[in-house]
Amino acid sequence: MADVQKSQKHRSVTKGKWGIIFMIPFALAFFAFQLYPLFSTVYNSFFENYKDGLNQVGPNFIGIDNYKEILSDGSLLRLAYNTLIMWLIGFVPQILISLLLASWFANHRLRIRCAGFFKTVIYMPNLIMASAFAMLFFALFSDIGPVNAMLSSMGFGTFRFFSSPWATRIIIGFMNFLMWFGNTTILLMAGIMGIDPALFEAAEVDGARPGQIFRKITLPILKPILLYVMLTSMIGGIQMFDVPQILTNGSGSPNKTALTLIMELNKHMYSKNYGMGGAISVVLLIMTAILSLLVFKFMVKKKED
Amino acid sequence: MKRVTKLLSLCLVLMMVVGMLSACGDKEEKAGSFSDGGKVLNIRVWNDEFARRMRDHMPGYTAKNPDNALEGGTLGDITVNFIQVENQGTAYQDALDAALEAQANASGDDLLDIFLVEVDYAAKYVQSEYSLDVKKLGLTDTDLANQYQYTKDAVTYNGALKGVTWQACPAGLIYNREIAKEVLGTDDPAEVQKAVSDWATFTATAEEMKEAGYYMVAGYDDTFRVFSNNVSSKWVEDGKLNIDAQLSAWVDQTKEFTDKGYNNKASLWGDTWSAGFYPDGGVFCYFGPAWFIDFSMAADTEGSIANQGGWGLCEGPQNYFWGGTWICAASGTDNAKEIVEIMKAMTCNETVMKGIVEKDGDFINHKPAMEAMAQTDYSNKVLGGQNPLPIFVAAANSIELKNLSTYDQGCNETFQAAMKDYFDGVCDYETALKNFKEDIHTKYPAISVD
Repeated sequence: MADVQKSQKHRSVTKGKWGIIFMIPFALAFFAFQLYPLFSTVYNSFFENYKDGLNQVGPNFIGIDNYKEILSDGSLLRLAYNTLIMWLIGFVPQILISLLLASWFANHRLRIRCAGFFKTVIYMPNLIMASAFAMLFFALFSDIGPVNAMLSSMGFGTFRFFSSPWATRIIIGFMNFLMWFGNTTILLMAGIMGIDPALFEAAEVDGARPGQIFRKITLPILKPILLYVMLTSMIGGIQMFDVPQILTNGSGSPNKTALTLIMELNKHMYSKNYGMGGAISVVLLIMTAILSLLVFKFMVKKKED
Repeated sequence: MKRVTKLLSLCLVLMMVVGMLSACGDKEEKAGSFSDGGKVLNIRVWNDEFARRMRDHMPGYTAKNPDNALEGGTLGDITVNFIQVENQGTAYQDALDAALEAQANASGDDLLDIFLVEVDYAAKYVQSEYSLDVKKLGLTDTDLANQYQYTKDAVTYNGALKGVTWQACPAGLIYNREIAKEVLGTDDPAEVQKAVSDWATFTATAEEMKEAGYYMVAGYDDTFRVFSNNVSSKWVEDGKLNIDAQLSAWVDQTKEFTDKGYNNKASLWGDTWSAGFYPDGGVFCYFGPAWFIDFSMAADTEGSIANQGGWGLCEGPQNYFWGGTWICAASGTDNAKEIVEIMKAMTCNETVMKGIVEKDGDFINHKPAMEAMAQTDYSNKVLGGQNPLPIFVAAANSIELKNLSTYDQGCNETFQAAMKDYFDGVCDYETALKNFKEDIHTKYPAISVD
């Protein structure tokens, strides 16, 4: 008996050793490129540390002055609002259309032809570089671009898209939607296909209509995946940068209505302002953490009900 | 598990300490020093213009590969290297800053010897200890006597001349001859000049253009350099952001032009803006120097006005310049002799510089040579055979460039971008100004904006 225990223990230690060895590369990369930068960002945010032309200013310890400055004038709220609006413009249609497409693709009774082809096509926009995509839309919607040519040939006159705050925001939201709905569709489809077909069959036998099946069976079981999609998309939304940056040439014009939080962070890099940059990053981290917790709490509670 | 956590935290602390230590390693100062005897001459550039000028015109210089000037070559027994970083954004400056800071610990073949600067950020390097006084290097007042005064003023700091240039960039008003004939009844430069001789007549002519169905200028930024290069104060005075009366005048004029429909609401270099390079664009005039006429107006594109020689040149409402590239010597260089040799040949030697005009169409920084060429039958195809030199020579004589600050690039870019919202009618002037100040405070924390 004692021998058996001893050999079992011995075996588990050997396995554990290999586990640790296999984890080392990841752990090292994680510490060097994620955890250490995270701590040094927090550390830097308490310093005055930037370049004035060729002269280095600081680093001087200034406590929470950087935080005071970014939180005092309310401009951060304005940027957070811009970011939220543009994320919602993209995310609402994204989740609705993805749900619809996913349930169609996964529905064995519909038997959509060339499903593989369409799945590839809807994923395509995600493969284009965001900057190239933004340049494309900039050309499409420019004052003398093809969209305006079409509008004026149909008798509507021209519309200066990038001089209108809402047109600019809608274009940015729409681009994010186009880039990400394919990805979301595939995630949701995987979730739906993981549901036991017996449940659907049983519901059909009991006479449930497709709408009922979707609401009463698909959606509740899909909730963990939906939560995941929601969280990743929200974090991606808070970090929205490349599309509006290229589309508005970094200015967030018109009148800063398309300026996102990360674009502001990027502006601080103009003078290598690690202090202010660090402070904004930390505020963003806290915002992201709070929002994620809220979403998580909200979804999990509902499940328990 | 506990031990692992302890180990991890120790690692983290170590990493942070090492990071901090490496940041405050002490630097050996090489400010203002130079020496001879280096075997490699390193030159930092953002395009191949200077490399091509060296290949084509520098006596004693042999390019390694004539088809790609950037591959460098040899000057006597010295190897010449070009290090290119694109100018876009602040990429060139970032790389240059890093190289200049590393200069203190560099040695021998790695030392940076020459770097080029553009007018918008010249002051940043001129006012630093990283650039050398060329007169201390060995250039004399006699050598420099024929250069235009403004090209020297621009790079003089505390009495020290910190760079030299082979080109001058006097600019004028470039008008569409067809439209001039139709609306003004003539395309003769002297007659057209009467219709644009000052800003009041310029505005009156703009009204005439509008009635005839044309735009006076393409967009918002066309006249910006005309105003901004005639300022009487700097962007930043005593650490405070300052908006010169000339810049306010640009804002007022552009707002008026936009509201009255005198311009096509375009932004510089955009596709709406360049539509005026073609007959259907209906834009009466652009503003620019010699390089703009030859390289920026789609002269090589079939069907463009420039291709058909349909532009004319006159002085315009105000003298001004646009652009310019200066050659600076880096502190700590070990090739002082060669630097002087290059500076003398490229920016002081009349024979070499005349070759640049003949081969490349550049306006060179040699007063007597340009004045002599203005009297010849030199002609420009884009301008329908007109000789632009008399106008450029006159403009070059009256350019003043004393009000550069180290923050010009960011201020110019940001001001134009912020005011666009005001011109577009998205917000009022106060809001646009507030946005501008916020952005400047973000980009340059050292400037007080209130």
